[in-house]
Amino acid sequence: MSETLEYVASAARPDAPPAILLDKVNKWFGAMHVLRDVSLNVAVGERVVVCGPSGSGKSTTIRCINRLETHQEGRIVVDGIELSDDIRALDAIRREVGMVFQSFNLFPHLTILENCTLAPIWVRRMPKREAEELAMEYLTRVRIPEQAKKYPGQLSGGQQQRVAIARALCMKPKIMLFDEPTSALDPEMIKEVLDTMVGLAETGMTMICVTHEMGFARQVADRVVFMDRGEIVEMGTPAQVFENPQTDRLKLFLSQILRGH
Amino acid sequence: MSDVTLETAAAKVPEAAPRSPPASQIGLLAWLRTNLFSSWLNSAVTLLIAYLVVRWTIGFVEWGIVNAVWSVPDNQTQACRDLKGIGACWAVITEKHRFILFGTYPYEEHWRPALCVLLFVGLYTVSAMRRFWRKELALVWVATLTAIGVLMWGGILGLPYVPQERWGGLVITLILATFGLALAFPLAVLVALGRRSRLPAIKALCVLYVELIRGVPLISLLFMASVMFPLFLPEGMNIDKLLRAQIAIILFAGAYLAEVVRGGLQALPKGQYEAAEALGLSYWQKTGFIILPQALRLVIPPLVNTFIGFFKDTSLVLIIGIFDLLTAGKTAIIEPAWQGFGVEVYLTVGAIYFVFCFAMSKYSQSLEAELNRHRNR
Repeated sequence: MSETLEYVASAARPDAPPAILLDKVNKWFGAMHVLRDVSLNVAVGERVVVCGPSGSGKSTTIRCINRLETHQEGRIVVDGIELSDDIRALDAIRREVGMVFQSFNLFPHLTILENCTLAPIWVRRMPKREAEELAMEYLTRVRIPEQAKKYPGQLSGGQQQRVAIARALCMKPKIMLFDEPTSALDPEMIKEVLDTMVGLAETGMTMICVTHEMGFARQVADRVVFMDRGEIVEMGTPAQVFENPQTDRLKLFLSQILRGH
Repeated sequence: MSDVTLETAAAKVPEAAPRSPPASQIGLLAWLRTNLFSSWLNSAVTLLIAYLVVRWTIGFVEWGIVNAVWSVPDNQTQACRDLKGIGACWAVITEKHRFILFGTYPYEEHWRPALCVLLFVGLYTVSAMRRFWRKELALVWVATLTAIGVLMWGGILGLPYVPQERWGGLVITLILATFGLALAFPLAVLVALGRRSRLPAIKALCVLYVELIRGVPLISLLFMASVMFPLFLPEGMNIDKLLRAQIAIILFAGAYLAEVVRGGLQALPKGQYEAAEALGLSYWQKTGFIILPQALRLVIPPLVNTFIGFFKDTSLVLIIGIFDLLTAGKTAIIEPAWQGFGVEVYLTVGAIYFVFCFAMSKYSQSLEAELNRHRNR
């Protein structure tokens, strides 16, 4: 355990320019204020777990980072590029930011291999052979190379989510976003996906992960962010947040989470 | 822990050998019993319908084959009239089939539209085979359609010129349907995408197009194309009547197909769009690789439904005096000697329409099964 923590501490370099910077981000859905002055710095190599009750704005926050949602106020800077209406800036950011969704969102009409090679070939302009070799390498890393010729519908949920992780990694992103990657999975499949994510964390990837898996948070997170009603309520190391909650809202949330487990 | 318990539980219960279903549940007799003779009422209805089917079949065979007259010498239709309806006069088809198929096209040049029909059928066959689905297929289409144009018009390569007014019959139907659907389909895809565009001007334009065209009957569009449109053209300038009808059909079919395609676009989960965007695919990459392939597969049945509908709707061009297959058939029996043999002509024309529509229908079923194989586990 202490070994992991040491490794984590050395991976995060707080002095380097941040991989992701959110500065007083505000967003409304119609009249509903869903993000309120959200400010967050994520260093290169840092692993941040975002938790909070449903509807707290945690998914919306990370979806703003690759502009699947647009924010109305504040600044978001990713890998040194500020998000704006400029399409080229957006394309540049999306090339560097991988995303894994709750519902996998694999392309059902393409094979596993085609799912993994499509974006490298067309966005990164990688030769087909090279893209396929890269895809097989990542599929091997998520331990399903033998499924490459199958279609997503033929795989279990856990396998699909591991493919989704491999697909995102094939773009060689600098940052990975996880939006509740295990929430749609059966209990026996959660572990295989979490193991994959732990393995990824050990490579030093910058990660923001929305999840309720407290064990995962304790194991890999440098920082845990607790959100409620559109704002960041508490932030700190897993030990600070889980063992020494300051606010009633976090205490309530933790008691509900723990009761559920 | 739980794995261990499961394994021991499985070990205790020996696996049951698979059994066949009971004999009373399988085989022809069981099928007959459950589906046709499950009660007194069902048995009675089955027998009654069987009796009617047999009687009508015998009646049709007697009329259409046994008592039929297959040919008559030189327009002497008395032999047909003497039948007084107990037999078919297929002589009208023997006599008039060239007119029905080719209209008023010069008789000695009939090989040209005949070749065009064969070219069309060959084009459909090649396009239907998935192994030919390559970029070169577009060139094949352009080449074939150009060849058909050259054959029909003539005026070069030693072919005598045949004005469009003299074209007619099956080839007109195929021209209108093929050009119509081949051009309306891409138009429809663009309009469907445009209706979902974030750019308000494009969206408004597409909505306007679909709603305007859908709100008007095809017949009135054809009238407009035929009667009103020339009024807006400067004097002396004239666009071919067939071309005008063709444009009207393309615009009309495009509006309907656009709504079908839009249905497919809307049926796709939002996650597919988001995953494509998150991977950094551009709008056209996303649309071409992820969205359209899935959306179009979903709408194959309504798409082919619309295709078949428009294939037959091309017959409406009769109201602006274009000789398509149906009109040619109708005109063939205007001659006094052949009046009164409409049934035979319409049955033949109907059979030709049926062959094309049924082929489309069967093909769409196999295509659907093949393209949606990925959905099977």
